[in-house]
Amino acid sequence: MEKNQSTNLLFEISRSQRRAHRVEAVDVPEIPLEAMFPPEALAKGPLDLPELAELDIVRHFTNLSTKNMAIDSNFYPLGSCTMKYNPKRHERIVSFPGFAAIHPHAPDGNSQGILELLFGMQEILGEISGLPAVSLQPAAGAQGELTALLVAAAYFKHKKDRLTQVLVPDSAHGTNPASAALAGFEAVTVKSRADGLVDLLDLRSKVDNKTAVFMITNPNTLGLFDYQIAEITEIIHGVNGLVYLDGANMNAILGITRPGDFGADMMHFNVHKTFTGPHGAGGPGSGPIAVRDFLAPFLPSPMVVRTPTGYGLCSDRPQSIGRVHGFLGNIGVLVRGFAYICTLGGRGLREVSEQAVLNANYLLSLVKETLEVPKGELCMHEFVASARLSRREKRISAMDICKGLLDYGYHAPTVYFPMVVPEALMMEPTETESKETLEGFALAIKKIMSETAETLHHAPYTLGISRPDEVAAAKTPILRWRPPVHESGA
Amino acid sequence: MSYVVNTKAEQKEMLEAIGVPHVEQLFDQVPFSLRFQGDLSVPGPFSEQELTRKMSRMASANQSTEDLVCFLGGGAYDHFIPAAVDALSMRSEFYTAYTPYQAEASQGSLQAFFEFQTLICQLTGMDVANASLYDGASAAAEAVLMAMSVTGRNGKVVLAETVNPATRQVIATLLANLGPRIEVIPCPGGFLNPAEADLALDDSTSCLVVQNPNVLGGLEEMADLCQKAQKKGVLLIVSVDPVSLGILTKPGDYGADIVVAEGQGLGNPLAFGGPYLGLLACREKFVRKIPGRLVGQTQDRNGKHCFVLTLQTREQHIRREKATSNICTNQGLYALRTAIHLSLLGPTGLRETAYSCTQKAHYLANKLLETGLVHLDPDRPFFKEFTVKLEASLARRWSTNEILDRMSAHGFLAGFPTGRWLVGKGDCLTIAVTEKRTKEEMDRFVEVFSQIA
Ligand SMILES: Cc1ncc(COP(=O)(O)O)c(C=O)c1O
Repeated sequence: MEKNQSTNLLFEISRSQRRAHRVEAVDVPEIPLEAMFPPEALAKGPLDLPELAELDIVRHFTNLSTKNMAIDSNFYPLGSCTMKYNPKRHERIVSFPGFAAIHPHAPDGNSQGILELLFGMQEILGEISGLPAVSLQPAAGAQGELTALLVAAAYFKHKKDRLTQVLVPDSAHGTNPASAALAGFEAVTVKSRADGLVDLLDLRSKVDNKTAVFMITNPNTLGLFDYQIAEITEIIHGVNGLVYLDGANMNAILGITRPGDFGADMMHFNVHKTFTGPHGAGGPGSGPIAVRDFLAPFLPSPMVVRTPTGYGLCSDRPQSIGRVHGFLGNIGVLVRGFAYICTLGGRGLREVSEQAVLNANYLLSLVKETLEVPKGELCMHEFVASARLSRREKRISAMDICKGLLDYGYHAPTVYFPMVVPEALMMEPTETESKETLEGFALAIKKIMSETAETLHHAPYTLGISRPDEVAAAKTPILRWRPPVHESGA
Repeated sequence: MSYVVNTKAEQKEMLEAIGVPHVEQLFDQVPFSLRFQGDLSVPGPFSEQELTRKMSRMASANQSTEDLVCFLGGGAYDHFIPAAVDALSMRSEFYTAYTPYQAEASQGSLQAFFEFQTLICQLTGMDVANASLYDGASAAAEAVLMAMSVTGRNGKVVLAETVNPATRQVIATLLANLGPRIEVIPCPGGFLNPAEADLALDDSTSCLVVQNPNVLGGLEEMADLCQKAQKKGVLLIVSVDPVSLGILTKPGDYGADIVVAEGQGLGNPLAFGGPYLGLLACREKFVRKIPGRLVGQTQDRNGKHCFVLTLQTREQHIRREKATSNICTNQGLYALRTAIHLSLLGPTGLRETAYSCTQKAHYLANKLLETGLVHLDPDRPFFKEFTVKLEASLARRWSTNEILDRMSAHGFLAGFPTGRWLVGKGDCLTIAVTEKRTKEEMDRFVEVFSQIA
């Protein structure tokens, strides 16, 4: 029997006059709307939102939820995304009214607890990064990148340097070049070597008096720590450029090495990855940035500061690039990150990275038995396998393997990223997975590789749908429901 | 305490399997000279009990809307959130999933986002909506970039002074190095005069950005502004209070090109300013210029209806520096909450909410006027937020900040000091009233206000 009540859209199960929430009766004398508003300001008719009873809605969304894979139900080794366990205690903490029901414009005196927490978070991120000045405003990693590049641009403008280029390795995440362009720079691609590290020859040939910033992800998107980093930062600093660290992979190096100590001048954190903000099927994230002292004056305003009587917000920062958020950032994600870091402590953070790296290497050792891992002696917190050979020899692509894994109840790794590895399968197990989970996953890959291409081309078989037609979706986009058109008379 | 699962013995087995004697060796790639020595100096470790106690103390050091009666707005509002919004969005199948890259493993979220997009279209009267942006301010900034791309005009961007200054600042920050000049049209009357807007628009202008209701709470002359913009090939971007659309004209009906909004008021807690979500909806013909994720309907290999992320060639992971935006992670969970909230309210519930807000706001405004201590400034039609100016005698005795502090000591978040945002408004308070406020609270507000004045 097929469960199909949940496949119907809200709009299809809507019934005229059904109600869920009823607003409390108005307890003040009422004035006709026509007396308050000019006629053109008032809605012409009722809204065409769906009409549903509370149970209709509860059942609908509950049923929808069962059509997701998630960390709480499945191993989710999505590379670069650090899908670690999201502790339940955080959800209770953020729901305290003292966090959930506080107004961002309340006078500082009414908000001392949260300001103290945010100030503490600035200090903590400064310590972990080795970069002392922190802005918590960016709402995700990409906004952190953009914010830091705007800070760099303001800094160069202040110094009257006309630097126009941002260099980005070809293995970088797409947000890096996109952020560079939005910050007004020209994005220039730097090649990676065969082993995935920065090609210093190519870097040197592209660094000149136009170079503003070099963006590096370290460990990089192949899960390798670029040991040349000291030399790289020297090259960039040699032309008075700045080094930006994309901190998406911080889970590998907490307490092991600090970006500020290896030469980065600016970085972002992905609090929703490294410090376990639940990703919510797409967000919210939080992408605070940390920079060197000389860049601090340019950070966004307002900033959380210590005052003689406690904590406050400071907006009197004439060199600041201004705001990047309507308020102060994704506070709820920062509260979770703070709770997480305080649970672990300094030694616990290091343990996170050690165990994340151990788990990744263990998984690497198992996966290598079945799949080629081009750059894979040892890895950091993740590695990239390739289905290049199986694609050529057996017509089994990276995507086929992913879809096969779904049938075993595992979420797929990241596919086709980074672009420098053909048929890439990027696997990041994180420190919160057990040995037997990793073994089960590796065994599933092994079984999948013994299946026929024909079988796999139609996988998955167990998830209700299989292989959506993405080409059709993009060719004639259907981006919303519309009421069916009834043909008259027919 | 960490959340590591494997025991020491298991860790040892794993190391043996890898062929490495100690975890240290796994970090050989990191040059020794760059290693951090010692332990990071951060608080902790704390047990769950300790952590909960400490954080509960921090939370108690804040005064929440349970301690203070909230008449504060300025872009974030104390609306009622039905319990089902929390219960459903807290299903961990939703909140512990990543972005729905694997469609087969994410139909729940994908369908919910498709429904979200549809609900936002229905609410605004527009053709398409994306699956959320970071917040209302960044949605406005993204809309400006979109308008530049659609019109191909890079000369200037025109903003009304009555757009929330935080939104204006985010737009300015984002545009800093992209070329266009930002022109802010002064609005001494507390609203954007369409004739003056007309003078500011020229053939190098990509867009006119207006907020309705505006930062002072008053309504703008939207139909007229739309017409003036359209005549000059300028796109009209309006930032709306989504709750107001329960009674006010949909932007699609007065001819807006792009609608943006702070979605907080639709089922999302105040939470000190975030996470919230940015809404963005527009006309069909701009669809390939939209920033951020879009979910589309398609069919699977067996002909079954299903949902996927679509039009991804607009996005950074494909188009890199030529993408329409750099956004990747958005505010998915808050889009889900918003979709659940709008479903629970339905057309009647949203109308009742908006109706209740505006009735109560007018009640409070009239009561305050009756005290003779303040007058409306501007005196324009308003929805749930309005701005009052202290009479001169009162303003001589107390600054707005002193009044707010004293009101807070009496249990009220009494409003926003308008002068913090707008010049010449030093003696003004902007006050917001939602459906949660009661007559009793408002009568008491007026009583305390009169006393401390
Ligand atoms: C390497 C890397 N850089 C940047 C980002 C962008 O971060 P966010 O999605 O938080 O904007 C991501 C993740 O998506 C990433 O994996």
